[in-house]
Amino acid sequence: MSSLTSYLLVSALIFSIGLAGALTRRSAILVLIGIELMLNAANLNFIAFWRYGPNPEALTGVMFAIFSIGIAAAEAAVGLGIILAVYRHSKTTELDQMNSMKG
Amino acid sequence: MTATFLILAAITIAGTVAAMAMRNLVHCVLALTLGFAGLAALYLQLGAQFVGLTQILVYVGAVAILAVFVIMMTQHPTQTAESIFSSLWLTGGLIAALVFAVLGWAIHSSALPAGIVPSHAEAAVQPIGDALMHKYVLPLEIMGLLLTAALIGAVVLAMQEKRRSA
Repeated sequence: MSSLTSYLLVSALIFSIGLAGALTRRSAILVLIGIELMLNAANLNFIAFWRYGPNPEALTGVMFAIFSIGIAAAEAAVGLGIILAVYRHSKTTELDQMNSMKG
Repeated sequence: MTATFLILAAITIAGTVAAMAMRNLVHCVLALTLGFAGLAALYLQLGAQFVGLTQILVYVGAVAILAVFVIMMTQHPTQTAESIFSSLWLTGGLIAALVFAVLGWAIHSSALPAGIVPSHAEAAVQPIGDALMHKYVLPLEIMGLLLTAALIGAVVLAMQEKRRSA
C-alpha cells in the first residue's frame, strides 16, 4: 500500500465519521462540526495529492487548501450564528424538536 | 507508510470519533481540537507548513472556541437524559458506512502511481506569498470580501432582534 493510498484512506475515514455525525446526532452544533470534519477530509486529500502529484512546485493543492480553510471558517461563523438565532426563537438546539418553520 | 504517519492517523481518527460520539458537547469540542491538531500534524508531515499552521490557527484556535461559546450560550444546565442520537440514526449510520465502503473500494481499485518516489516537495512560505500576491490575487480579494460579508452576516444573525412596534 503506497503512502498516497494510506492518506486517502485516512481522509475517507474522516469524511465518513463526519458524515455519520452530521446524519445521526441530535444537536445542531455537532451537525455543523460534522460538516467541518468533512471539509477537513477534503483538505487532506488536496494536500496529499499535491505532495504525491507530478508537479508539486506549482502549489495548486496548497492554494486550494488555503482557500478551502477560509471558506470553511466563514461557513462555521454563519452556521453558528444561525444556530444562535434559532435557539433564541425556539429555545432548543435539538434537531428533532425543530419541526416548524414559522411560529 | 511510517510510524509517524500511523501514530498521527490514529490520534486524528480517535479524536474525530470521540468528537462525534461523546455525550457532553464541551467534551466533544475538546476531542475535536485533538482531531484538528492531528490533521495539522499530518499536513506538517506532508511538507505543507503554512497550511498546517493555518489549520492550528483557524480550527484549533477560532472555530473550536466559537463552537464552545455557542454551546455555553445554548445549553441548559439540566441535561435531558434522552439519547444523543436522532430518531433516524440507523439510516444515517448506514448511509455513512455505505459511503465509506464506496470510497474505500474506489481508492483500493484505482490505478494510483504506487511506485512513485515522492520528491521532497516543501511549500515554503515565500512561494506561497508570491503566488497569493500575483497569480491568485483575485481569489484572495474575493476571499477577503466573503469573510467580511460572513462576519457581518453572523453578527446580524446573532444580534438580539428588536421588537418592532406592532
